[in-house]
Parts: sequence; structure tokens; C-alpha cells
Amino acid sequence: MLLIPYIFRRILQLIPTFAFIIIVVFILVRLLPGDPASAILGDRAIDANVDRINHELGLDQPVFVQFLVFVKSIATGNLGNSIVLKIPVVDLIAQRMPVTLMLTLMAAIIALILALPLAFLAALQRDKLADNAIRGVFQVGLSMPVFYLGIILLTVFGAGLGWFPVGGYGEGFLDHVHHLILPALTLALSLAAILMRNLRAAIIGVVGAEYVDFARAKGLRPRLIMIRHVLRNALISTVTLFGLSIGTLLGGAVITETVFAIPGAGRLMIDSIYGRDYPVVQGMTLALAVCVSLTFLLTDIVQAYLDPRVAR
Amino acid sequence: MTLVATAPVAKRRTLIRIPFTLVFGGTIIALSTVVAFFPSLFAPYDPVAMDYNALLQAPTIAHPFGTDSFGRDVLSRVIHAYTVDMQIAVFATLFPFVFGTFIGALVGYAGGWVNALFGRVVDAIITFPFLVLVIAIVAVLGPGLINMYVAVSVVGWVFYARLVATEVQVQKRLDYADSGRAMGYRPLRIIFLHLLPNAITPALVYWMTDMALAILLGSSLGYLGLGAQPPIAEWGVQIADGKNFMNTAWWISVFPGVAIVVTGLGFSLVGDGLAELLRTKK
Amino acid sequence: MTPALEVRNLTTGFKTANGWVTAVKDVGFDVMPGEVVGLVGESGSGKSVTLHSILRLVHAPGIVEGSVKWQGRDLMTMSERELRKVRGGEIAMIFQEPMTALNPVLPVGIQIEENLSAHTALDSRQRAARARELMDLVGIPEAARRLKDYPHQFSGGMRQRVMIAIALASGPKLLLADEPTTALDVTIQDQILKLILDLRDELQMGVVLVTHDLGVVAATCDRMAVMYAGRIVETGTVVDVFAEPHHAYTRGLLGSVPRGGAGRTMLLSIEGTPPGLASIPPGCAFNPRCTFATDICRKETPMLAEFAPAHLVACHHHREVAAAGSPVA
Repeated sequence: MLLIPYIFRRILQLIPTFAFIIIVVFILVRLLPGDPASAILGDRAIDANVDRINHELGLDQPVFVQFLVFVKSIATGNLGNSIVLKIPVVDLIAQRMPVTLMLTLMAAIIALILALPLAFLAALQRDKLADNAIRGVFQVGLSMPVFYLGIILLTVFGAGLGWFPVGGYGEGFLDHVHHLILPALTLALSLAAILMRNLRAAIIGVVGAEYVDFARAKGLRPRLIMIRHVLRNALISTVTLFGLSIGTLLGGAVITETVFAIPGAGRLMIDSIYGRDYPVVQGMTLALAVCVSLTFLLTDIVQAYLDPRVAR
Repeated sequence: MTLVATAPVAKRRTLIRIPFTLVFGGTIIALSTVVAFFPSLFAPYDPVAMDYNALLQAPTIAHPFGTDSFGRDVLSRVIHAYTVDMQIAVFATLFPFVFGTFIGALVGYAGGWVNALFGRVVDAIITFPFLVLVIAIVAVLGPGLINMYVAVSVVGWVFYARLVATEVQVQKRLDYADSGRAMGYRPLRIIFLHLLPNAITPALVYWMTDMALAILLGSSLGYLGLGAQPPIAEWGVQIADGKNFMNTAWWISVFPGVAIVVTGLGFSLVGDGLAELLRTKK
Repeated sequence: MTPALEVRNLTTGFKTANGWVTAVKDVGFDVMPGEVVGLVGESGSGKSVTLHSILRLVHAPGIVEGSVKWQGRDLMTMSERELRKVRGGEIAMIFQEPMTALNPVLPVGIQIEENLSAHTALDSRQRAARARELMDLVGIPEAARRLKDYPHQFSGGMRQRVMIAIALASGPKLLLADEPTTALDVTIQDQILKLILDLRDELQMGVVLVTHDLGVVAATCDRMAVMYAGRIVETGTVVDVFAEPHHAYTRGLLGSVPRGGAGRTMLLSIEGTPPGLASIPPGCAFNPRCTFATDICRKETPMLAEFAPAHLVACHHHREVAAAGSPVA
């Protein structure tokens, strides 16, 4: 099976990618102006105190040393403490990351549920009413900002009809899901629109392909042709797109978490950037980038499984 | 050898059918541009004028879109916001388009390790969510429209560069590129006068959709307080203004949102129509 | 002996932006059991559409009319379910470009076995065994190992063999071959043609071979039909038609094939180009390019008529054409 060596190769490729991410994160964070010492001390920022804090944070060392310290700390799993909240960064990440991941996962599932069947319907009813209606609705959805859709859904279904809580995260797994449905739906719409458009085009392309003709000439049943020949081939490009869209999803998650007041990683990120909370920004960026990389890896593997030409 | 009559060539008028999407979208954009340039012609009130006698009023003939918590006419604010948001659409995308196309053409033509390296850089950059990066840069530079343009440009050119690089690679292998080289043309001439006009098509189409995305991004940052600053009328800012009044005065947020959707749709339709037109022309 | 395949008045049209276009008009021919019939013509003559029409594989918005009797049953009036049994099971079709005709993401073994699943009652082990046999039959070395390979892992000629293995898995009695060798190197072409003929002998199969290459026709076909602008203009045994072509187009085709040996003669070329399907001239479609054309040719479309046993032609002046002699005699 050519798949195993391919997976192995891709995992190995992660190493330079992670190295690159670490370097970029390090540089980015150092670029943030305003030093954390002044941020912490505020009015009491006289030089002696500033120097003391800087020494505590290791900011008075040469840059190269700081980098090595940074790499070492990552390796030992110590990402420092939040300047603002005074608790270890890893704890913060452990608290907030799962929330965002759950939101993103739910949004992805909803997007797939929306996009897949509708893409099929639109492709098979090409240029007829169903197709144009579906494409029209999704086109509007794509043009709608996430925060706008969010507050509308919140008002109508949350405050208005009372079906869902008005923001927050809740306690317990089922309660979490209940709280996250509206935000996930908000996030899902633009992703669903992109996926639907891509899958529809892929299906149309495949349905006209010669191997589908050949399959028909073999006298195969239409349902078999649809599943084994059309769907599998059409999904290939959509899977890739799906993986690449994770970045957009995470970006949208930031806004969604703000609108729905969800204690997730996105909001933490923004707050930390503003609060000049270096360690948190560093840790969060690292964690996010690693998650995205892993998603890319997973996408590549699924794609290689579906399309053996990739693993060559 | 006997002479044979050649078949008469039937004369056919090739009508280039302009796609409906292009017409519809183009109309929206044209109207939006007019409003953006001459908002005072269309807005019944001054967008920052406050009328304390008419706070949070529902839509009436006097105020077709209602008033907000400061007594400002929502319709006038929405109209004046056209200037800001259309500007965002253009300025947030122009530099990435031009710069990205330029770099992409060079990288694509160079091929080999240059292109491979560029590919890895692009891969690394897209690992970071676009919005998060932009917000980070804006946080560094401080809120405001100009800083937003800078932030978007720093990251956004990459997408154009990748599109153009791929297309130039394809064009480079076509016959007319070879004949250019055979005639001894300098590479820069080949790239920019011959290859680029053909390779620029996907970048042009993407530019249209990018403008729609820019409005979404700009209004998102406006909503978060990081983009246009009050009291400038910008749709995202307006939506943020009204978000606490959704139950009592929904019109404050809803109408600016409609403007975003309609204008964004306009750009997307133009992009789709352009893609279709250029496809059929081939 | 009754023909295995009887095509009568086959007409296929498409609705396009410029109106109705007829790709195949009134086509009729027979195929006897075990016979190889060549369908010859340039690109755009409608030969490929004819094959697709026989199995009702034409995509909407195409409409197919006429009758196609296979072993006495009319394929045009059959239900979809009945037709699916015929397709692949009794009549098989192979395409010109194996790279696009084979699903790139499925192993070839699966693609063979699904044919067997659809038309035979073999269980999965028997299917796997038969798939191996078929790969051997078409001459693919290391058949067992290569069943797991994907189309892109085969060379051009091998891919064509794989396509043949897939198409013939269930032992059909008629093979529709749409330019099976056009995309291949000349040396491979010979091998594939020989393979088809061998399989014809072994499986007692009829073949309709679509091609634009008269050399292929001469080497493999028993009878031939010449198509121009969607119509059949001449049909007969290969021997008869080559010896005495009765249509100017056939004559032109025969004359344009370069031949080695003998003295140097001028290559006959036919001036002009075939008409686009939307702009077929009135009367005989070939008249603008025909040296024998007169007024009647421009007004009245000639009908395909039998003038000698099993030799038909659609031409007002076919005797003059015949008198001009055959370029390959």
C-alpha cells in the first residue's frame, strides 16, 4: 500500500514546518510594541521596577539566548505564565482550546450536512429552479458577515424564540452543545457555501467525464455509478478545500466567540494581543498553528486515500 | 489535377453573450459607486446630526430606516457609509493585487527552486488564520482604517502571487512563450508583455471576490472597534452600535447589514460573471 | 443467416444554442455474428455518436430515434433495466482514450469485477479469479499483481488492454470499438488490433470498429460503412469497396492513404473541409467538394441504395465515380 510511506513522509515534513512556526511566532511576538513591564506596572513603571520585571521575564538577555530559552521551554511543555492572569499559559490553553475546537468541529459538521446533499441536488438539477435557488441562497450567505448573521440568529432564536441560550458556554457536555449550536450555525454558513460551490462544480465535472460513460456502457446500476464513480471522485477536490478552510473557520471563530460571549481560544487571543500578554499570545499562536498544521496533515492523508495518484 | 470548388464559408455573427450575473452585479456596483462619490445627494440628513427628539424611532416616512440611540438618521448613515466601505473594498485590495501579481509573475517565470521556496512560504503563511494575523497587525499598529489597509496588504498579496505564479507557469510552457524566447526577447519583456496579459485572468476574477471579502473584513474590524473609528459611519461600526438594541430597535443593525450583503453580492456576481465571460471567450 | 445487429434509420440530434443539430442522420447497417464491420469517416462525421446512440449513451439534450435490433429485440424501446443487462453483458463498448475512460482512483481489478458483479452470478472469489484470467487473456504480464494497480500505473498500450479486459469481462457478443487505436503508437496499434481479432475468434464476437484510418480497415474489417456529415454514403465488403469505390468521398479517402512500394503517384487530397454539423449544404452534403457534382447533387439528397449484391451507395453519379477507378486497385 503506497499510503503508509506517504503518511510517513508527510509526518516527517511536519518537522520543518513546526520549526518554521516556532521561529515565526517568536519573531512576531517580539514585534509587538509596548513592553510587558509597563503594561503590568502601569503608573508605577519606574525604571528600577521595569528592569526587575524585564529580568524576571528574561527579556534582558540577547535575542538569541531568548530564542533558545523559548525552544527549551516548548520542549519541556512550559510556556510561561500569563502576565495578566498570572496562571500558566498551558492551563489557559487547556481551558480555552477545547471550546474553540468543539465550536469549529460542530461548525464543520453542520457545514458538511448542509453542503453535501444540496451540492448533489444542485448539480443534478443543473440550471433548473432547484439549482438556481440553492446557489442563490448560498451566495447571499457568503456575502453576509459572520457577526451580522450571529446577532440576527441570536436575536431571533435566542432572545426571541428562546430556543437557545443567549451566548455563553454552559455546564456539562450536552449543555455545551446546546450553547454552541447557534454560533456553530453562524460559522457554518459561509463554509457551507464555499463547499457547496466547489462540490457542485466537481460533480458536474465528474458526471460528464468519460469514465462515467464507460461505467454506464458496462451496464452498471445508476446508484452504484453515483456512489462509486461520481461521489468518490468529486469529493477529492472538496476534501482539500475543506482542509484549507480550517484557517478561515478559526478566523470566523474569533468573531463568533465575541458575538456569543464564548470563552474560547479566539477571544483569548484577541484579549491577549491587546493586553500585551506575550506569553499567552506566543502560546496561543503556537497552539493554533499546530492545530492547523495537523488538520492539513489529516486532509492530505484523506486525500491520498481517496486519490491514489497523490501518493506517487 | 482537377480544380475543385471550395465549400462556401458561412458567415456567422459571433455574439458575445454578456452573462446575466455580470450585468446584475455590475449595476449594483455602479450604483454603489455613484452613491459613494455623492452621498450628500442621496442622504436626506447629515449622518452625524443628532436629534434628541427622535431617539430610537422605528422606520417612518421621515426616517425610512429609523433613528439610532443618538437620534441620527440610519438611512443617511448607511448612505454615507458607502463612501467608507467602497473605499475599503478598493484600497484593501489594490496593493495586494498589484504587488502580488508582480511578484507572482516573476516567481512563476523563474520556476525551479524559487517557485518551490515561494510555495513553502505561502504554505507557512496560510497556516495562520488570515483574520487573526490582520487583527494582530492592527493591534500592533493601532486601530484605524489606514492601519487596516497596511495589515491586509502585508498578508493579502500572497494569494494573488500564488494565483499568478501558477498561471504564468502554465503559460510559460505554451508555444507563444517559446517563440518569444526564440526571437531573443528579454525575459522581462516576455513576462510582462506576453505572458502576464494571459495569466492575469484568475487574479482579476479573484480581485472582484476579494473586494467583497474586503468589505466583510473591514466591517468585521469595524464591529470589533479596530477599523473605522466612530463617529465615522461605517456599516460594521453601525451594526456594533445597534447590537445592544436588537430587541427594541432592530433597524439600527439590520439595515447596514443589508447594505453589506447587497454590495458584497454585487462584487461576487461581477467576479462570477467575469469568470464566465472570459471562459466563453476562449 | 440473420444479422446480430440491425440498425435502421438511426437519427441523433442535439439542441444547441444555434438550434437543432443533427449529428447522425438515417444511419443503417447490419452486423453478422462474428463479423468485423468498419465505420469510417473523418472527425465530426458522426461515427462516435452512432456508437453511443446504439447503446443509448447519448447525453441529454440529445435525442435518438430509429431502431436498433439486437438479436431481434429493439434497444430503442427497451426499458432501462433491460438495457442495462445488454450493456456490458451482451454488447460492450471501448473508448478511444483509456486514460480518461478508466476511473483514475479505482484499482483496475475492481473495475473488472464490477462488470462481473453486474452481469454474472459469480461469487467474489470466482470474480477475482476471472479477473485474473481476463488480464492474462489480454496479454498483461504478472496479471495477479497488477489487479491492484491503478490506471496511471500502466503504459498506454497496457491501459488499452486493461480497458478491453474490463469491457469483455462478461463475454459479450458484440464489441463497439470507438477508435481504439487512434491514441496509440503505430507498433502498439498492431498489437491491439490483433488482440481484438483474436478475442473475436475466441469469444465469437461481432465488432463494430470506428476509425478514420483505412489501413486499419483493410487489415481487420470484413465489411465497411463510410460516413460523411452524419450519413452513411457507401457500404459493402472491404474487398468490393476498395476495388471499386462508388462514392467520391470513399475514393478520396482511399486515394489519400500513402502507400509504399510501387511507383510514385500523386496523393489524392480532397479540397475543402467537412461542413460543420450546423451548416450542412442542401442536397448531397459532399457536393461542394465533389468533382463529379452536378445541379441535381445540389438540390436532391441521394438515398443509400443497393446497386450490386451487398454494395450500397448514396450518390447520383456513382457509376461515373466507379468508372474513374480505385486509387488502391
